[in-house]
Order: sequence, then structure tokens, then C-alpha cells
Amino acid sequence: MRKYQLIAFCLAGLLACLQFGCSSESQAESFELPEIISYNFDIRPILSDKCFKCHGPDGNTIEAGLRLDLPDSAYAPLKETKGAFAIVPGKPDESELLRRISSQDPDYQMPTPESHLGSLTPYQIELFRKWIHQGAKYEKHWAFVLPQKAPLPVFKTKEGLNNEIDYFIRARLKEKRLEPNPTADKERLLKRLAFDLTGLPPSEELMNSFLADDDPDAYTKIVDKLLDLPQYGEKMALHWLDLARYADSYGYQDDNIRTQWAWRDWLIHSFNSNMPYDQFVTWQLAGDMLPDATKEQVLATAFFRNHKYTEEGGVIPEEYRVEYVIDKTKTYGKAILGLTIECAQCHDHKYDPISQKDYFSIYAFFNNTKELGFEGDILVSKPAKKPVLTISDDDIRNMMQFINKKDSGNIMVSVMGERDTLRKTYLLNRGAYDQPGEEVSPVGLQSVMKYDTLSLPKNRIGLANWTVSKQNPLTARVFVNQLWQEFFGRGLVKTSGDFGMQGELPSHPELLDWLAVDFMENGWNIKRLVKQIVTSSTYQQSAKISKKSLELDPENIFLSHAPRNRLKAEWVRDMVLASSGLLVKDIGGPSVKPYQPDGLWETATSGRGELATYKQDTGKALYRRGMYTFIKLTVPPPSMMLFDASNRDQCEVKRLQTNTPLQALAMLNDPMILEASRVFAQRLLESDTNAQTNIQNAFHRIVCRKATKKELAILLKYYDEQLALFQSKKLAAIETLTVGEYKHNPDLDSNLQAALMKTIHLIYNMEESIVKT
Amino acid sequence: MMAKQALEYRLRMNRRRFLSRLSLGIGSAALGSLLIPDLFSGKSNEEAILEQLPHFAPKAKRIIYLFQNGAPSQLELFDYKPMLREKFGQDLPESIRMGQRLTGMTAEQTKFPLAGSLFNFAQYGESKAWISELLPYTAGIADELCIIKSMYTEAINHDPALTFFQTGAQVGNRPSMGSWLSYGLGSENKNLPAFCVLLSKGKGNGQGVYSKLWTNGFLDSVHQGVQFSSGENPVLYLNDHASVTRADRRHMLDQLEALNEEGLREFGDPEINAKIQQYEMAYRMQTAVPEVTDISKEPESVIKLYGPECLVPGTYAANCLLARKLSENGVRFVQLYHQGWDGHGNLPAEIKGQCADTDQPSAALIKDLKQRGMLDETLVIWGGEFGRTNYCQGPLTKDNYGRDHHPRCFTIWMAGGGIKPGVYGETDDFGYNITSNPVHVHDFHATVLHLMGMDHEQLTFKHLGRRYRLTDVAGKIVNDIIKA
Repeated sequence: MRKYQLIAFCLAGLLACLQFGCSSESQAESFELPEIISYNFDIRPILSDKCFKCHGPDGNTIEAGLRLDLPDSAYAPLKETKGAFAIVPGKPDESELLRRISSQDPDYQMPTPESHLGSLTPYQIELFRKWIHQGAKYEKHWAFVLPQKAPLPVFKTKEGLNNEIDYFIRARLKEKRLEPNPTADKERLLKRLAFDLTGLPPSEELMNSFLADDDPDAYTKIVDKLLDLPQYGEKMALHWLDLARYADSYGYQDDNIRTQWAWRDWLIHSFNSNMPYDQFVTWQLAGDMLPDATKEQVLATAFFRNHKYTEEGGVIPEEYRVEYVIDKTKTYGKAILGLTIECAQCHDHKYDPISQKDYFSIYAFFNNTKELGFEGDILVSKPAKKPVLTISDDDIRNMMQFINKKDSGNIMVSVMGERDTLRKTYLLNRGAYDQPGEEVSPVGLQSVMKYDTLSLPKNRIGLANWTVSKQNPLTARVFVNQLWQEFFGRGLVKTSGDFGMQGELPSHPELLDWLAVDFMENGWNIKRLVKQIVTSSTYQQSAKISKKSLELDPENIFLSHAPRNRLKAEWVRDMVLASSGLLVKDIGGPSVKPYQPDGLWETATSGRGELATYKQDTGKALYRRGMYTFIKLTVPPPSMMLFDASNRDQCEVKRLQTNTPLQALAMLNDPMILEASRVFAQRLLESDTNAQTNIQNAFHRIVCRKATKKELAILLKYYDEQLALFQSKKLAAIETLTVGEYKHNPDLDSNLQAALMKTIHLIYNMEESIVKT
Repeated sequence: MMAKQALEYRLRMNRRRFLSRLSLGIGSAALGSLLIPDLFSGKSNEEAILEQLPHFAPKAKRIIYLFQNGAPSQLELFDYKPMLREKFGQDLPESIRMGQRLTGMTAEQTKFPLAGSLFNFAQYGESKAWISELLPYTAGIADELCIIKSMYTEAINHDPALTFFQTGAQVGNRPSMGSWLSYGLGSENKNLPAFCVLLSKGKGNGQGVYSKLWTNGFLDSVHQGVQFSSGENPVLYLNDHASVTRADRRHMLDQLEALNEEGLREFGDPEINAKIQQYEMAYRMQTAVPEVTDISKEPESVIKLYGPECLVPGTYAANCLLARKLSENGVRFVQLYHQGWDGHGNLPAEIKGQCADTDQPSAALIKDLKQRGMLDETLVIWGGEFGRTNYCQGPLTKDNYGRDHHPRCFTIWMAGGGIKPGVYGETDDFGYNITSNPVHVHDFHATVLHLMGMDHEQLTFKHLGRRYRLTDVAGKIVNDIIKA
């Protein structure tokens, strides 16, 4: 809805354009081609976008027998045009491809008008001309080539170069004639760091000690301190929960409760204990198949069981069993390999060298579990589906103390488990469960990395080893990129879920590769990588946006300043609870049901099952971190959804970041925020009645810096006005304070408290409060 | 209109860039070249797509979709099959069933006894359409309706079938129909969302609804359906706390703006400006939404038309009336869901209740739109996610039976917005297979988009390397039901 305010501007722009003319001809001569045309970076994106649909890897839809993704085919005589060649290396004028893409004749031009792919721009056509002129050399897709450490760019001075990240970032900035920002002020830097490492604002104590510490290592000390907090694991887990499509219900139809939360506890624990990423992936992929697998290793595999399960009476079990294997395959591809292999479920991939057979070869790894397609409807619903891991109190005492169990009784978790006899896998025609084709066996994607069946067993253990092999060009790159995205809001590869040919090219290919190799060389050490990122000077820059950088790099791809990203949905909640002192810092355990607008579950339910009505929790459970809010898949928590949280329906590697009026309404009227404002005011007044001190303190806790004089003046004036209104009974203080279940303090002056509460609420609504800046 | 939408889209894609230019104070000439998709520099696919909209003159501007969730039985309502009464209790011949896959609920049944409808039918209107005695009000508007008796789908269970109807795919997080329309056409009212969702429940056997039905999928979240209710808090978090007055809220927002201006001065981030604007929009919505949802000022004649239930918030009747009001205020797509049609057993009693709740308000909506001169440009759709079997599920008695899910044929109706009234498509005497003019769900979507002025093959969005569309890779426009 934000677009409307801007339409007036657009129309102004439109008129201006009509006046001055914006024809393409007037500018046609002014583009500059790169000196050397790169197949990977210049040509393939165009081929992939405009040509591969009919002349690409999909064996079923090749038109005129021509494939443009393979040089042999592209250079060969054309089958349907006698005496012509699509591409003649070195001779653009003899290349049929160039003639076709530059033609205006609808019967001759490519892409054809019917394809709706749109014709190539003059610039793109010239790229092709020069590329062919230079020999039309093909290259393997960049992401399928093993990453290597490039030599560091050379600079005259080492100033501002904290580590290798800065070398690569600065080199690109220089190319773009941009300069990096100076380091951010300490207050803002600490806020940014605290949210990035713990998802919470820095504590009062941390803010004071950091500000007072003049040691040049003060920042590094804080980094280490934050990395050691248990909230680090919670922060890191959130992104992985999106990937894992974690939820607390089954997702279809009646949508009953499930209990996968013990896996979430494991996830937090594994980040906190800094489990190496290769092991982290191996356990989740195949923990159940490791020699003498422990219950913890089996628990890790719940990652692959978090997807939806139907309990709808009357389904055909095999249809859904297949659906579940498909989900696992898709999640594996997108989350871990960064590939959209699901595109090859129904046909050969249109853009990437992944055939339908390749797809079902990956699928085959997940096709041998003991899982059933249907275990019965809601009447017989259980909190986990077979195979189930049962965790007893003894298990927790003896080896899984990280599980935060609330009551007695065993915990049930859906996990992976192999059948004794091998279930055969068939390629499914059009991806349909009842259309089996040829038999396939489990094997990794050969175009990514050879799957050596002599050393790798044909099961999930083999797949895990193949995935975390240092010879796999994708795994480290994909994870490093996801982590980068966590800190900068945008990956070095913007399409973090698609490293294939239709994905975006990396903005800093050498840096991505350097980080990926370094990550593997150093034992896939996640905390080390995090520390590398946050101690770089690139990360520590101020977020101020100069006119020059706005002009030259409005999307801040080259990082001439730190990004200003809004907090994730869960952290908006966490920030409010933590600053007001309401936050209950328990780690893990079953999900909780805080305040939620009335009737949401009730209007959407069939009326069956445990989750037909929303039974709000009370007491401590109202004040847990956002990541523990109960997720009923068919009606996900509204305050989270408004701030772009994943709906957990499918594996998601990147959240959108929007700015909508519905968010403004939530900040204004969510009872959680009103209650926090009240309790915050109450706490401040219990120790001091000086309005200015209290407002300064509140501001400091919420915005994580001292208020400026001007800000303080605005807030004080607002406070005074509110107080006068309450004292003159023009506004009702008691009614204002009537929100939330947290206990009131009857000894306080209600007028003072209400005025302070409203001032605090105003601070919570400030843009900067929910932004890393 | 076309230019506006293209601009709007370009704007959205490059919002930060655009906002940044504004804050730099670059004049409108530079803005112009920035905004107009420029052939030379290569425009994005989406810009090129939206720039061409509408692809042709639209017949309808808005849609109200009355989704009958759970699948109403076509055999009780529109698809009159006297032969089924004659063959009461006889087994469905295999020559008719032809290997149709069955749901797990009847897969174990050894017999498929045919069950004729308990209800009587008569013919109405110029098209002499057969309409059941359960739908007297609908019969009264027969001349407005195009009754399509030959709909078919691929799914046989509720969740995938419903998801298919709403998003064009049985599984996955694809954008809903309403989201596609919002994406393609935007909203007509700057204070209301383009896509609104209303829920209600009947007393019959119900199947839940789920927010993925109105998801924006991979489209921007501004295209997500916003759930409205006809109660006191029509939109989530819309209402201020009871202690807050309008003047009070205004004053607070003024202070907030002053504070945010400080941040804007310091950081120069155009997003801060956008945030200020969003708070203003929120404030306007707080006035606009209650005005739209307030039915207290509706005249007695309108209340009478929809029936007394329309005064009870959350009922189907109240939602039909609210749908008209939203539509009247420029909401592009109003999606209703009414639960309770899943008649596996006790079908006659349940469907009677469902019809009693829905027949009058559905017909009232058509009449109301017509009397306001809005029917011509408002497309109204009524229907469920699949049909029901001609044979009985569970015990068959003289006055009771149930029907299982049936994907091969079912009935929906459409009215207004460029639709040619009449009856389209036929089924065999068993009411089991289509004999003429089949309409697949993809065809239905293609036709709806066409009526809105969009070519379903061209309204695409590129996501993870693929151009997606509502109709996936299929869909044929049903030209015979469109007014010349």
C-alpha cells in the first residue's frame, strides 16, 4: 500500500518524460562494453533468461534440435536451416544467432513473439557480437567450479583493512569510485552487534562498559562476550528454523498439534556449542545412520521431518508419502545446495544441468524411510509421526541436558529412520505419484560434483559425505552466503536460494570464494566466520548514507556504508520485551501462546482437534522470545506475519523486508507493546519520579543510545502535555493503564504512570527503535 | 491507467532508488527517465510485463468470489439428474466410473449405490436453467447467471483442491488469485487494500480455511489478502486502545514524525521517509475502514434484501453485504469463504441448512450490485473446490445419504462483469462425466484474468529463475461465456 503516496511523484515524472523525450535512440550510442566478454557473467545470464527455455538443458523441449548451453551443439550446423550455424566463433556476421536476435521480423526473430520472453536490448545484442568476435568461449557455470582463494588486492596503506573481507570490499569500492564510511559511533555499533549476535538489544551494563572502555580491543572483547551468550544460539537458530520450515502443527486441514520443539532445542544447543558446519549438516541429513547413533544424532534428523503432514480423512497415502519425499528433496536442494532442483521434478531443468533423472536420484536418498503417507485422521492424531524418537527424562539427564522440558512424560519427535529392505525409486513422470517410469538409484548431482560410488555408499550417509566434501563447490559457498545475508541483509549472491544459472551473479565473487575456502580450511567453524564478519571494518562502518552513495549505488551493493535493516519480526517483539524488563530469558522448550487478536483460529478452523481454539497462556509464558511463539501453520501468528516472518509452509532462505501501514498499526495497538510500555513506566517510577531521568533511561534502553537534546525536548513536551491531560481528567489514566496481565503497582500515581507510559510507547514507535543502524 | 501501473511497479521494484532520488532533490526530468521503462538500459521482466497492462479492454474492474468451502453438491443444486432417482440403489456401472481414483473414504466400499436427489428442480429464466427448490432466491436471478455445469479439477481432497482453485497449484506457496490481480492491477482506493478476505461458517460438516489461500507467495507482501471481519475490529490492530481519542492519536503521530525527521536528517535513509508515510496511511485507514464496514447506515430495503442475518457480524449474509461495500469502495478482489458444505453423511439435512444461510444473501448481492449500476463491472463467482459423487457414501436410505468428493464434474456460476448469462456445459445422465464443454480450473483462471483485461500467459512473475503464472503452463479462455 505504500505505493500510493508516490503516485503523484510518478505522474510528475511521467509528464516530464513526455516533455523531454526518453526515446531509446537518443541514447543508443552511449553504452560501453566490457573489454573481455565473460560467458559466465555477461552471456549466460542472457542465454538462460531468453533462450534456454527452448534451447537449453530440458531434453523434452529442445526446439530445432539446437542447444545453446553446449558449445558442441551451438557450433554445429543447424538442422533446420541449411548451411547455417547458430554460432561461428570469431565471426559474428556469419552467426545465425546474432541475425535472429537482432531481427525485427516476427517470423524470424528470436526469442519468438509467442514465447513472451521479450527481445534483447541493443546492449545485449552488442555483447553477443563482441563475445562471438572474441571466440565465443564457453565456461562452466561459476558456482559449479571449485572455489579458490584469489590473491588479496594490493593497497598502499593498511589503514581500515581489518581483515581479508575489507580487502575485497575496498577493491570493488575503488572500482566504483566509492569511499567507505568511517566507523559507526560506539552506541549504534553496539546495538547493531548485539542484535546480530543475540537478536536482543545490549544490556544496560554492556552499553556502559563498552562506552567506558578505551582499550583498542574493546570491540573484540564485546564480540567474544556476545558470542558466548546462550542467546547467540537462539539468534543463529532463527534463520535455520525458516530453512527447516519448523512449525508446531501439521499444516493441513484440521491442523493439529505436533511436538518438534525438542529439535529446536538441539538446534540452539548446536550453535552455542559451535558444532562445525560439516558435522551439523551430516547429523541432520543422516544422524540416524551414523555408527552407534546416539539419540542426539537421531534427534538432529528431525530437520527433514518438519514439513507438513496431512490428517485429512480420505487421502491416498502414497500420494502424500511421495509429497513428503519431494519436500525433503526440495529443502535439501534449496537450503543446503542453493539450487532449485524442484524444477526438475516434472521435467528436466530448463536452465540448470539437472535432469529429471538427476532429481529422482536425489529423491531416492530420502525415499527409503519408514515413514507412512497417512497415519489416520485427527481422531487418532499423535504429536509425532513414524518413525518417532522417544526422549525420556533419563535421556535428558544423561546426555541431552539442553532440552528444556516443562512437564513429566516422554517427548515424541518425528525423525528419520531407514527401512530394512530397500524401497525402489522410480522416476515419476510429470512428478505424479502414480506415474512411475524408469528405476533410478541414489546418487548426487553429477554436474555439481562426481558421486564416487566406490567411496560413497548409496544412502543418506553417502549423500552427507558428498555434501560436505571439500570438493563440493556449493555447500560452503551457500552457507557463507546465507550468513553474510544475516549480517548485511543481502547475500553476496542476492538470490541466496538459487546459485543456478537463473540466480544472480555474486557481487563480490572473489570474496565469496575466499570466505568459502577459508571456512572449509578452518574446520567449518561457524563462530570464527561470524567473528571475521563482525570484526571487519566493512561491518563496523556507520550507516549514514551520503548523497554520492545514494546516487551511485542506491541498493548499497558495494557496501560503502552499513545497511539500515529493520529487525526481524521476532526481534521486534524481543526488543520490546527486553527493554521493558518483561523478557523471560528461558532457552528452548515447548512453544508458547502469547496475546493474539481474538477469533483468528476459531474463524478458520473445522472445529476439530486440539488447536480449534486459541488457548492463550498466562504468566511467564506471555513474555518469551518471539521464536517461541506457537506456529499453527494454517493461521500463523499475525504479529510475526505482519513483519515478514516466514509462514513456515515451505523452506525459506530469505525473508522479504516490507514497510506497511499494517506494521504501523501493530506498533500502535499490539497489547504486548502497550503492556510493555506500562510495565516499563511502572519500573522506572518505582525507583525515581524525575520525568527527564526516566525518559532518558527509557530512550537509552529502547533506542540503545542517549537521546539528543532535540529528541529529549520533544519527548518531555509530549510527556508534560499528556500529564496535564490526565491530571485534568481529559484523558483517563486508569483506563490507559488497563492493558496486559502483568501485575500493577497500586502505590504509584496513575497520572504520572500513564503519561510516562504513553511517552515510552511513542519511543517504541520511533523508526530507529526497530532498525539496526 | 497503463502508465500509472507501470510506474507504480517500477517504483516498487526500485523503491529505495526512487526514494533516494527524491531525497536528493533531483528534478522531475531525471525522475522521468528513471521511471519510464527504458528500452536502452534493459528493463526488468516484470516492468515489461506490467507496462503492457491491461492487455486489452477489461470487461470487469472488480471481483467478488463467493467460495463455498467444502464442495456443495451439484446434484442437489444445479445438475438435475432424474435418472439417478430411477436407478436408486443400483450400482454405478464401471463403464461410467472408468477407473476414477477414489478418496480413502470410499475406496473400501464394495458397492457404489446411486442416489438421486431428494430435492425437486424446476426451470428458470430465459436459459431454462434447472435450479433446485433449495435455492429459491438464486432461481429468482437466473437471468443474470452463467451456470457452468462442466467444471472439473485434478484434486480429490479438500486442501489440495482448495489450494488449486485459489493459487493454480495444489501445493506450495504460490500467490493467490487475488494477489495476482493486485499485482497486475493495483488498488482503486488508496486507503484500502486491493485484496480483502472474509470468513464465515455454516452449520454443515466443515473444512477449515488457511491463510495460505490468500498468500502473496513470492509476490511482494502488499499483495497479500487482508482479512476483514464484519465485527468490531475489522482489521488486525486497527482499533486504538479504548483510552485513545482521535485527537490524541493525531497528536502522538505528529510528535512521532518530528522524532523520525531527526533520524532522516542524520541518516538520509529514504526508508525513514517511507515509514513516516506508512504511519499516515495507518491513520487514514483507521477512519476509512470503519466507514466502509459500518452497515448501520444501510437503508431498511438493503437489510431486507440480504435478510436479517446480515446484521449479525461474521455471518455469510453480513459478509455479502460487506463485500458489496468493499467493492463499491474500490477493493479489487473480495474473497469470501463459507464453510460447511462437506456432506459425506446426512447430506440432505446439511445442505438444506447451508442453502438457507447462503441463498438469499448470494442473490441479494447480485440484485444490490445491479440496482447500483455496478454489476456490469463487477464479476461475481459462486462455487466450491470440487463436486460430489452420484453414489452414496455410507448407508443409503430413502431419506438420507452422503456423497463423497468428485473431481470430474461440478457446477459453479458466474455473473456480471462481462459474463454472458446462460447454461454452459453438460454432464451425462449419471451426473458423473462431462459430455460437452469441459472447463478446467486453469481455464477458469484464464477466463477470469481475461475478463479483467489480462492475458494469463503474459501476467507472469519471475521467481527463482522461473516465470510463474496463475495458470501454470495451461489454461484456455472460455470465450462462449463472455459477452461480445
